[in-house]
Amino acid sequence: MSERLPVTKTYKLYINGAFPRTESGRSIKVVDGSGAVVTHTCHASRKDLRNAVEAARGAQPKWGGANAYLRGQILYRLAEMIEGKRDELASAIGVTGAVNADDAAREVEASADRLLAFAGWADKFSQVLGCHNPVTGPYYNFSVPEPTGVVGVIAPDETPLLGLVTLLAPVLCAGNAAVVLASEANPVPACVLAEALATSDLPAGVVNVLTGRRAELIEHFASHREIGAISAAGLDAETRRALELGAGENLKRVRVLGEDADLAVDAVHESAWAIEPFVEIKTIWHPVSA
Amino acid sequence: MTVVQGQNERVMSRTIVAGPGGPPALEFSRAWDYAPAPESVPVEIAASYGHYIGGAFVPSSSGRTLASINPADETALSEVARGDAADVDAAVRAARQAQPAWAALPAKERGKYLFRIARRLQERAREFAILETKDNGKPIRESRDVDIPLAAAHFFYHAGWADKLAHAFPGATPKPVGVCGQIIPWNFPLLMAAWKLAPALACGNTCVLKPAETTPLTALRLAEVMEEVGLPAGVVNIVTGDGEAGAALVSHPGIDKIAFTGSTEVGKRIATEVAGTGKRLTLELGGKSPNIIFEDASLDQAVEGIVAGIYFNQGHVCCAGSRLFVQESVVEEVTERLKIRMRSLRVGDPLDKNTDIGAINSRAQLDTIERYLDLAKQEGLELCEPGASGGAALPDSGYWQRPCFFTGVQASHVVAREEVFGPVLSVMTFRTPEEAIQRANNTPYGLAAGVWTDKGSKIFEIAGRLKAGIVWLNTYNRFDPASPFGGYKESGFGREGGLHGLRSYVRL
Repeated sequence: MSERLPVTKTYKLYINGAFPRTESGRSIKVVDGSGAVVTHTCHASRKDLRNAVEAARGAQPKWGGANAYLRGQILYRLAEMIEGKRDELASAIGVTGAVNADDAAREVEASADRLLAFAGWADKFSQVLGCHNPVTGPYYNFSVPEPTGVVGVIAPDETPLLGLVTLLAPVLCAGNAAVVLASEANPVPACVLAEALATSDLPAGVVNVLTGRRAELIEHFASHREIGAISAAGLDAETRRALELGAGENLKRVRVLGEDADLAVDAVHESAWAIEPFVEIKTIWHPVSA
Repeated sequence: MTVVQGQNERVMSRTIVAGPGGPPALEFSRAWDYAPAPESVPVEIAASYGHYIGGAFVPSSSGRTLASINPADETALSEVARGDAADVDAAVRAARQAQPAWAALPAKERGKYLFRIARRLQERAREFAILETKDNGKPIRESRDVDIPLAAAHFFYHAGWADKLAHAFPGATPKPVGVCGQIIPWNFPLLMAAWKLAPALACGNTCVLKPAETTPLTALRLAEVMEEVGLPAGVVNIVTGDGEAGAALVSHPGIDKIAFTGSTEVGKRIATEVAGTGKRLTLELGGKSPNIIFEDASLDQAVEGIVAGIYFNQGHVCCAGSRLFVQESVVEEVTERLKIRMRSLRVGDPLDKNTDIGAINSRAQLDTIERYLDLAKQEGLELCEPGASGGAALPDSGYWQRPCFFTGVQASHVVAREEVFGPVLSVMTFRTPEEAIQRANNTPYGLAAGVWTDKGSKIFEIAGRLKAGIVWLNTYNRFDPASPFGGYKESGFGREGGLHGLRSYVRL
């Protein structure tokens, strides 16, 4: 009897809860350490980005309006899904041959744990980032964080899963919807994560995952007026400037983790201050009188 | 309707006029002759002022000056230095040099300087109020009761934060950003200086402040206060001038952070200018804020809120409630009551303690307002100007605009989309709460919003769904140092005031 030929996976985009191919029909080759072709991922276009933003915009109000306890449970569910896919995610991280199996396994574990931290933050960060303000005069005055809306997440090349989860988790925790651009060096873990996202009770459209060329898409992320904020890491100086230049024209909020950002530091990357760039503070006044 | 008590019966009966479809209204202007009550305390203004750099007043390196004009009579109050890149460079160097020692001071000591500044402002409040009114054109009642007390309160509030920053950022270690370049507008000159300087100093930063071209005098007097209280040289530097000095400040490589309050157009230019430089940026920009009146609101209070929302400070307010949405069932009643209320507003001499609406800050701004009025008329909108000051004539010189509004405005009209920055209101109607929310949010701006209804659950539902950084419920245009201020979307980013305002001036 001949050896069984495995059924290999086709990696596609993840938009509005479905897995379409890029409308452009383009693909990008992924090769292993020896140069052998492992797979082809989608080379997403500006049109794919627009579709993803439309989906995110449609999904955001319901996600942002869901109660915080529910958002926490869904993020916890996502951590469960990552844990359940740990072997597949670890081999996805190792697919290009740049990361050994042990490091890949540790990266998956760190990613699940990071998500867990934000599952716990979902119904607490408002209490840390919001407050009552003791104004002079007969007014009840308080400040609350609200989600910015649709956030673009530009994942770093290094640590393709942990980098993505580190940027994505606080964005989701705050009630935003996201359009993700995966690590260009290794987009495969993001494609596998999309399957976890699809089965985690996260409503369709809340996270959309694109794979493609950063240099091509960054200016479209920056200029898209329905994207309220960008979270990025691992950008070179030129790309960072292009992003900030485009974002300046529509006053998008931009947070870029510097090249010195060590993703292993939980105290920084699991802090309420990782959520803060992706909320808007709303301050409400009401008179107090009998 | 509540009638003013304790008045002479005969006068009362004579002055009650029928409110159309509503309660009777009082027309005091027909009963009594108007008696002005001008502020008479003289305030010393030097013939010329230099920049305040490194603890000394210095002329601009180019020798150029700008006149600061009193908009109420068009006379020049003083000549101030007109800054350029060389002046900005000197100021940034002074700030850079002073920053390490300022940040290294025991935090409580840093706070003490701010407490001193607050106290000194309170002591000299009357002088500051008069100077502000002369330089800006705003009514003395507002500079005396709002601008100056709030400016002092901002320093007092932030003084106490200096040694408590660790409590403001749980789980993080706040550090100063460094040297801050701060550019402020002409509508609240001293107050904006306080909003910028107080939190920056409390967090251990040093500053280069660029006051607005038309209103530099109170910032320069604040520099005198800094000197009086012994603030170390270079901690606060003030460079006066126009856009040239502002642009030089934004592009100076020695600046770690830019804080700007002004128009969205300039804000975008600054954002693209600092792209890729690593400079931090906070922007407090324009607005076209909705003020929503439901049929179940207390209408008299709502009318007061409309007036406070759009006619406060001649409408030179970024968060002005310039788009009024009135539920269709009460629009006639509300506009009639508004007209009656507007007839009792007094427009004129800003130094008169009775004045409600002072001078428009500059010829240029009056031109802008007049251009919008013309545009609205060209679009077929009818101007309603109910005749403030009992129809009295406006002064012969100075820049004036009577409070007014347009009815039947649609979202597509220019006055409903663009910031006029004057006492000009657009009145629109809606039928359902859903429509009100949708129309209120239909703007690239998101600074403030007002909602008027006596129904508690409804008001919080609406408040939650408005995309605005400040939501005033059954009130409007309230400000406090403890209350964060700042916008969503194209109204900018970052907050000023309150715990949240500190975030703009620390690295975590």
